[in-house]
Amino acid sequence: MPTSLRNEAAIVGIGQTAYTKNSGVSELALAVEAVSKAIDDAGLDPEQIDGYTSFTLDTNDEVDIARAVGTGEATFYSRIGYGGGAAIGVMHQAVMAVATGQAKYVVVYRALNGRSGQRYSAGISGDIVTADLIHWSWYMPWGLMTPASWVAMFTQRYMHETGCKAEDLAEVALTTRDHAVNNPDAFFYQRPLTLEDYMEARWIAEPLRLYDCCQETDGGVACIVTTPERARDLKHPAAVVRGVAQAFGADQEQMTSFYNRDIARLPEMELVARNMWATAGLGPEDIDAAVIYDAFTSIVLFQLEAFGFCGFGEGKDFVKDGALSAKGGRLPANTHGGQLSEAYLHGVNGIAEGVRLIRGTSTNQPEKNDHVLVTAGVGVPTAGMVLGKLD
Amino acid sequence: MPLTPEQKKELEAQLETFVGKPIGPAKAGRDAVNEPMIRSWCDAMGDANPAYLDPAAAKDSVHGGIVAPPAMLQAWTMIGWDMHRGYDEPTNEEQRLHKLLTDNGYTGVVGTNTAQGYTRYLRPGDTVTAETVIESISEEKATALGIGYFIVTRTTFSDQDAEEVGWMTFRVLKYIPAQQPQAAASDAGGAPAVPGRIRPPMGHDNAWWWNAVADGILPIQTCNACGAHHHPPRPMCGECRSMDLGFIESTGQGTVHTFTVIRHPQFPGYDFPILAALIDLEEGVRIVSNVVGCDPGDVHIGMAVEAFIHEDEDGFKLPLFRPVK
Repeated sequence: MPTSLRNEAAIVGIGQTAYTKNSGVSELALAVEAVSKAIDDAGLDPEQIDGYTSFTLDTNDEVDIARAVGTGEATFYSRIGYGGGAAIGVMHQAVMAVATGQAKYVVVYRALNGRSGQRYSAGISGDIVTADLIHWSWYMPWGLMTPASWVAMFTQRYMHETGCKAEDLAEVALTTRDHAVNNPDAFFYQRPLTLEDYMEARWIAEPLRLYDCCQETDGGVACIVTTPERARDLKHPAAVVRGVAQAFGADQEQMTSFYNRDIARLPEMELVARNMWATAGLGPEDIDAAVIYDAFTSIVLFQLEAFGFCGFGEGKDFVKDGALSAKGGRLPANTHGGQLSEAYLHGVNGIAEGVRLIRGTSTNQPEKNDHVLVTAGVGVPTAGMVLGKLD
Repeated sequence: MPLTPEQKKELEAQLETFVGKPIGPAKAGRDAVNEPMIRSWCDAMGDANPAYLDPAAAKDSVHGGIVAPPAMLQAWTMIGWDMHRGYDEPTNEEQRLHKLLTDNGYTGVVGTNTAQGYTRYLRPGDTVTAETVIESISEEKATALGIGYFIVTRTTFSDQDAEEVGWMTFRVLKYIPAQQPQAAASDAGGAPAVPGRIRPPMGHDNAWWWNAVADGILPIQTCNACGAHHHPPRPMCGECRSMDLGFIESTGQGTVHTFTVIRHPQFPGYDFPILAALIDLEEGVRIVSNVVGCDPGDVHIGMAVEAFIHEDEDGFKLPLFRPVK
């Protein structure tokens, strides 16, 4: 593993569109044309592109470019802020990615209708139509506006294919709530939930009921990362990152990957799992506890399957009989109460709980804690990591 | 609905044809310059200058007699009370220009500034003629009132000998009012506007699809190079990287791949519960829509459905599906 970025990466292809005052096409069309030409200039096949980096200001999502150019899945993507300062910031990202093996071929891109669209000289002006707005507009006119409604679409199909029932989703909600009952930081501290409560709660978007859905929370959470060498000198036992991986799948959309794929599965999470396990040199059998992203109950089952704790369609059987419980379950999961019952901090409260599990300080601490899985969101380009103890 | 980039380009090409055009024939004032109108104007303005009002003092002044206040320049050619009537059909180029913008949603109008220049004093008995040209139209600007175009007209005033006596530029903003629906409702004195469903923004990569729906068909993007179908549409074919893309009309025949019954939260503009479904179309693409015309409880995965184009009360059209009978 390199310890500096000297001579670790090279630029092998460039591509550009015509530079005009009025392109007459979308910013996405400009981006895909430039990316496509850079791929040709490098003499690569589109499928070889596996990394993306651009500006936070760029309106073109990596997944929209990937779907249009046909580049398929990816294992690295990042954005850099601060306008023109990102111009070499994106190179920094690309160089780190290839130097550390996170991707083999990273495309750096920036495309804008800077004269006919949003002009920086004009402040915020006019009606700017971005690819992202267009993406959501394939759902909003038909009333699909909330994460619950999008996830319900996947969940209905999953239940149809696997025979998963409401009672199986309830297992996740009830076990997670049991954990929150012991966690003073949790919204549902000392407020237990019964199967009756769960079944009687109102529908949000069928087949999801109220307690299948996470909360909405105000809060903040942060963590500090350094090298294992420096970690030894600090005051708490460190949680070492044994493996981490990021990915999106072929034909990925943001929350609505409904097309050209099996929507009862999570191909992007399966790719994350393969690379994360390979990096860590570990497998699901090595995991003692897990923090599994739980914006909704059903996605916990999807991930148990994607990370290989059980086969496709077996999540409903895996979670039976308190399997996710810190009280002797085979895979204590979401021991803080999860986003369902502790707080919804976009999964970063899950990182904090992962660290507490390794330190041995969770309010629902399982006895064995050598390796902890922490996962990120479902239905989006995503990631996962395995934490362990400092050797 | 805001204009698509294509529609905006077309509008701006039409706007360009107005620049430099006289709005119509030169227009003579209703009355010659006269002392009663001067006195009325000075009364209204609180101007006591004897050169305008006192024949004796004026005679002894550098003017050698009564002169009209220079700022009355435009007053000599105004049409008077008729201005309040407005018009049904435009009768000159300026009105045609305003109507073009109004018809494209730029319904607001506000005068923003004017400037005048005076070549000589007018005296009683002079007759004044005005000739107005559309001098310039700005590119689209964002303002606090809304986005719009600034239009500058230049009027040249001349006397009975066709000599120029002064000029005026006048700038107006024709704009899309930022709060149009509410304002329109309150202007009409009726009930507040009822919100409709959220409409798509119209861009290069989707406006053609919605335009085809408005024409009554369900379009599916098709690659002209390799024949692959894509939905939702995109600017490049993911199969062969061609950017030569068209569309075919779907038969609208499909089956439910998955669905949800959306019950909470309930957004304004939609009838709840909403049955949202992912449909496998027989052309091999999937599309998100609603299944209507049956009880939500009757919808199931694998159910045969067919598309139709639905029109909301406010005129918005979108494809929906219903069970095949």
